[in-house]
Amino acid sequence: MAILSKEEAQAILKKVIGFSKADSCEVSLNGSDGGNIRYARNAVSTAGQISTMSLGVSSTFGKKTGTATINEFDDTSLQKVVKRAEELAMLAPENPEFMPPLGPQTFAESNTYNAKTAAMTPDTRAEMVGKSLSVSKAAGLDAAGFLENSTRFNAIMNSKGLFAYNKGTDVSFSVTVRNKQGTGSGYVEQGFNDLDKMDTLALSKIAANKANGSAGAKAIEPGKYTVILEPLAASDIIGNMFRGFDARSADEGRSFMSKKGGGTRLGEQLFSENVNIYSDPMNTEIPSSTFTGEGLPVKRTQWVEKGVVKNLSYSRYWAAQKNVQPLPFSRSMIIEGGTQSLEDLIKSTEKGILVTRFWYIRSVDPQTLLLTGLTRDGTFYIENGEIKFPIKNFRFNESPVIMLNNVEALGKPVRTGSGLIPPMKIRDFTFTSLSDAI
Amino acid sequence: MGALLLPDLSAFGTPIDPLQALDGVDVKIKKELADVALNAAKSKGATYADIRIGRYLNQFVATREKRVQGVANTESYGVGIRVLANGCWGFAATNNVTKDAIAKAAEQAVAVAKANAKIQGEPVQLAPQKGYGEVSWKTPIEINAFEVPVKEKVDLLLNVNDIAMQNGANFVNSVIFAVNEQKYFASTDGSYIDQDVHRIYPTFNVTKVDRESGKFKTRNALSAPSGKGYEYMHARPEDKVTGIVTRYKDRYDMLEDVKEAARVANEKVKAKSVEPGKYDLVLDPSHLWLTIHESVGHPTELDRVLGYEANYAGTSFLTLDKWESKKFKFGSDKVNIVADKTQVGSLGAVGYDDEGVKCKKWDLIKEGVLVSYQAIRDQAHIIGLTESNGCCYSQGWDDVQFQRMPNVSLQPGKEKLSVDDMIKNVEKGIYIIGDGSFSIDQQRYNFQFGGQIFYEIKEGKIVGMLNDVAYQANTQEFWNSCNAICDQSDYRLGGSFNDGKGQPSQSSAVSHGSSTARFNGVNVINTARKI
Repeated sequence: MAILSKEEAQAILKKVIGFSKADSCEVSLNGSDGGNIRYARNAVSTAGQISTMSLGVSSTFGKKTGTATINEFDDTSLQKVVKRAEELAMLAPENPEFMPPLGPQTFAESNTYNAKTAAMTPDTRAEMVGKSLSVSKAAGLDAAGFLENSTRFNAIMNSKGLFAYNKGTDVSFSVTVRNKQGTGSGYVEQGFNDLDKMDTLALSKIAANKANGSAGAKAIEPGKYTVILEPLAASDIIGNMFRGFDARSADEGRSFMSKKGGGTRLGEQLFSENVNIYSDPMNTEIPSSTFTGEGLPVKRTQWVEKGVVKNLSYSRYWAAQKNVQPLPFSRSMIIEGGTQSLEDLIKSTEKGILVTRFWYIRSVDPQTLLLTGLTRDGTFYIENGEIKFPIKNFRFNESPVIMLNNVEALGKPVRTGSGLIPPMKIRDFTFTSLSDAI
Repeated sequence: MGALLLPDLSAFGTPIDPLQALDGVDVKIKKELADVALNAAKSKGATYADIRIGRYLNQFVATREKRVQGVANTESYGVGIRVLANGCWGFAATNNVTKDAIAKAAEQAVAVAKANAKIQGEPVQLAPQKGYGEVSWKTPIEINAFEVPVKEKVDLLLNVNDIAMQNGANFVNSVIFAVNEQKYFASTDGSYIDQDVHRIYPTFNVTKVDRESGKFKTRNALSAPSGKGYEYMHARPEDKVTGIVTRYKDRYDMLEDVKEAARVANEKVKAKSVEPGKYDLVLDPSHLWLTIHESVGHPTELDRVLGYEANYAGTSFLTLDKWESKKFKFGSDKVNIVADKTQVGSLGAVGYDDEGVKCKKWDLIKEGVLVSYQAIRDQAHIIGLTESNGCCYSQGWDDVQFQRMPNVSLQPGKEKLSVDDMIKNVEKGIYIIGDGSFSIDQQRYNFQFGGQIFYEIKEGKIVGMLNDVAYQANTQEFWNSCNAICDQSDYRLGGSFNDGKGQPSQSSAVSHGSSTARFNGVNVINTARKI
């Protein structure tokens, strides 16, 4: 029941719109069906299977909007939820920033659904986790991990005739492998739409190798170092920067994208020339929905070209204020890279530090986007193009803006975190203290 | 629903009519439904089963400057069933609260447990728990926040915003967030527990922009999210802690706080940048709660110690050998820290936890020494306990319950000591009020904290405001540098409304109390950068 076809969803939404007496009405229908296994100490700790579906109705009179939702779908319930939204709208204060619903739009068909992922069962999950556990048990190591899959759909319709539908699947896996002495730890994570791409055995072997390789870490002095960031590490930091590509907060003077004296840094060279960032919902490696919650089409957008800020996102309201076209933000960012592998980047490094991932990253100063956090699950010293020995974890204080001005080289992008991100070689990365954590 | 400018409330449920769900579902009906689940699970081979029938209500009123951004009432109603079968846990949840759907979910939970038992190591061991029969508990509130008209809240927040703007702020966001968890728990142990839990969180953020220099500074509210009703919004004189900045005890004055916040934000734009180095820190409870949360609350969670959180939140430096030694010096002799799920007005207070264990209070750190952890039923045997500590929680009916932090608080100093007297003895220090940036490693050794307001102390006197302050320390060294704690009269609660842990990640609310405390010789860094 939780995953409706396009036609089934459209039929329910049409019926709901038909009940509306408001000036305008927007309706959305969402459902998901999925399950998970969590394991630790080489054994399953929790597991579950969850299925949900809900309908949201927003009714507007003038600039007064009310919203109500329901998770029952008989005609009486559908009429009730529309009536309730309309009653709330009558009571609501006027929203001076209200934007009327969009008319019909054209959306590209996204490639987010995979039938094999949708067909996963508790036994499929148990088998995949079993493969991961076989690696840690055979190597005398401890694994803690999480496997989750879901199938979701989202459909929206409004009283101006807009309709959009998307269905997608996800399977995600992460595992931390530690040695029995607690002196070494390794980690991997990966997410795909397509189950066939997920290899829990191979991924667990990488984590196990890191656990063994990171044991016996030596302490070196904090300071500025050339770092090789694995794609996950790079994604951990840079993901924090993307939210700042927002025109309104920049215009308001409270963002790193704000210009001294007023205005934004749109058009400025903010990063190294080798930095190019774009988003594209049709990218086959990282497909995403082609419409926003209010029905704006999402298209390929260049955010940074040769280090120059090419676009900031504009909500419909802010776009109207600034007389520009609205531009939705994307959650799936793609940073262009080269053809070099992680190993190639290590080989080209005289002295440096290899970082597997970062942890507990928090904003310290929104003005400069200064972030703090720590390395975790495999940090290594590189000399003369080779990994020499594992080192103790560091705390860093660094801004991704400064970091992307110090790019020495970018490798081949891979799907990680919420984007396609290359491994990066960055000079003068600032580590401020040592951590005893393993 | 982007056009509605509603905040993202997906984690809290779905929007509903404000007054629709204030009356809980009849207990008799819930007991009948519960028995369907327990019987179905047992008939399929479960050796233990529990069911949580939950109705989770949230109300969120959000404004900025002169505008209401969103008013949302959300409800999430459904059941979660947890079973033990073949020695392994299984869980299933459904929002279809009918006998047939509940029985099916119970069967699914058993199927999940049996599938996973094939890859299970040691079978789960549950600490024994007696059934309580039919019992109930309710947060002792005076005013139900859900019964206060939305207009009253909107008017208050717009008034807050108006005061901020009149006092020089360029931007202000303000919100009131109210939570009501109506939860019914039943288990094959023979408990049928009905609880009605309330929480409230008013807060704001004021921004001052200096266009000429391009600088901007913010100041957040000094409110504390609380396990209270709307009475928290009605401050009395005895709730105010006066001083260089007014702070609050059991009740909060939002209008007064925002006026001061705008003044402070103006001052922050011009404040001098800190000289890095060693300082004695005087930490107000509005700040110290977060340091307690991160550096004491999390490392004493037994599931972290044992490795159950290794893949997400991390493990802990407080390993079992340190506890077994009975002499691991976590902090100085002045440091006494308790866990308490019964503290009135706290975010974590309930009568019974989410696996049917009556809540209690116990010592974690006694005179500086690690004496215990936070444990639930399937962990108790590992540290030789014969019963759970009663700190199991799930954020909703559709998430499985697991070990969550109880309120963890630093006990006040036994000798009379005021904040003024504490500051008089500081040669070179920084007085920090309000929580700010926070980060700590996965075993809770190395941390870095910012704050809202920083005052420089020189030779026993506050001499001015500072900017760009963050302190970095090792947890054990930091708590061993605690050489003074103010007395009970300064004790206040702070807390986190949304503490994340687990996979899939779950949010819980937890309070941390303390009086102002002093820490000697802590490393302070300067966080200013140019981009």
